[in-house]
Amino acid sequence: MWRDSVLVAGKDLRIELRSRVVLNQVAPFSLVVLVLFAFTLGPSRAPMAKAAPGLFWVTVLFAAVLAVQRSVSLESSEARDGLRLSGLDPAGVFLGKAMALMAELVVLEVLLGAGVVLFYGVHVRSALDLVAACVAGTVGLAAAGTLYGALAGGLRVRETLLPFLLLPVAAPVLLAGTRAWQAALGTAAGGAGDPWLRLLCVFAAVYVALGVVIFGPILEAS
Amino acid sequence: MSTPVAAWSRRRAWTVRAVGIAALVSLAATVWLGIWVTPPDQVQHDLVRLVYIHPPIAWVALYLAFGIGALGSVLWLWRRTRSPFWDRLASASIEVGTVFTALTLVTGSIWGRPTWGVWWAWDARLTSTALLLVMELGYLALRRVPGDPEARARRCAVAAIIAAVDVPIVHFSVVWWRTLHQGATVLNANLSPTIHGSMAWTLLLGFVAVTLVFVWMLLVRLRIETLEQALEGAELDEALQERWAEGDTEAALASPAGVGEP
Repeated sequence: MWRDSVLVAGKDLRIELRSRVVLNQVAPFSLVVLVLFAFTLGPSRAPMAKAAPGLFWVTVLFAAVLAVQRSVSLESSEARDGLRLSGLDPAGVFLGKAMALMAELVVLEVLLGAGVVLFYGVHVRSALDLVAACVAGTVGLAAAGTLYGALAGGLRVRETLLPFLLLPVAAPVLLAGTRAWQAALGTAAGGAGDPWLRLLCVFAAVYVALGVVIFGPILEAS
Repeated sequence: MSTPVAAWSRRRAWTVRAVGIAALVSLAATVWLGIWVTPPDQVQHDLVRLVYIHPPIAWVALYLAFGIGALGSVLWLWRRTRSPFWDRLASASIEVGTVFTALTLVTGSIWGRPTWGVWWAWDARLTSTALLLVMELGYLALRRVPGDPEARARRCAVAAIIAAVDVPIVHFSVVWWRTLHQGATVLNANLSPTIHGSMAWTLLLGFVAVTLVFVWMLLVRLRIETLEQALEGAELDEALQERWAEGDTEAALASPAGVGEP
């Protein structure tokens, strides 16, 4: 299973390194979103700093939808048949796609985090908590995104259906990630980040486990 | 479709009709008891009468309908129990459940306006119910995508399970997020209801009535689903027959004397 997952992740990341779609299109898009949010919240920095954790996670969610679309579009119908016929363990395929997605999202988050700190003028109180929340949230997002991506994969209406399906399910990541960041940045009145970090870990664990179990039937359906 | 389903047997039709009549009678009794017999509340006055409708609808929407939908999906995916019936049951239950979820939000909103002063509050239960509604709509959207029935059943079953797993996580996250809603009245920790007398009985009847309405709607929806699938199959067969007939005439035209026919 692990060997298969490394193979699939390597394939996806190699395609990304050669085509640079996520890096050249999705990453600039998320920075554009940050700038657009800044326009709506006005030139003064106080409201921006206050809203920064939520804006960061909303942008991550939107970027994740695009990254999932890209990850799905790598598997055209012939490629999907090839993947099915390759004899790779479905759980390995799931983990591989999720790991590649996670790697892309981590790069996006580093860029976005730098953007938030620079443009919105937030002060980082505990960088370790920020990183921990990002990692846990990203694992969950990548797992849920891979599941829905494969589910909507073969459908003609995939572009419109995917955000509709994925975003409500990913709502706990947005909520918990925002709270954890608020605690780590010190922008919220009281409230520790620990329970939220645990929630992110639970979400990630649940969706990784579910994906390992259920990806076989999904591959058969698409 | 392995078995073409034409119509209900007479006995089954009567069972469904009986459930429908029982639902109507118990609902009428709930309305009568709720509006004319039970006393108004000390604090909430006549508004309290919504208690006979709102919690029963919420119970059906949040537990019964979604529970049946998730269970049907699991039973369909599990090879040993796989049967088209579970797929139809899950889909019918979630579709009817969507109506009840929307009704939960509407009745809650009507209750919330005079008691909390707002139509909508970002309360834990309201927020998680709204998210559940969006997920159910997503399931129905996925269901509508045309395609092979087997692949559709598999896709929808998986989607229902992915969403069902999320429901408790959503619930706990928004409970921590904030809470304004009153705590559970009937099913509290020591199982002793905190309301008394005629109100408790009316509430119980309300639960029975709304559950019966749900069961009736579910049965009728199940039948429609069965007929729809039978129709789809029949139409496909008919189209295939036509194509074959066309193929035969073309072949006949191409070789009018039947030369080369085996």
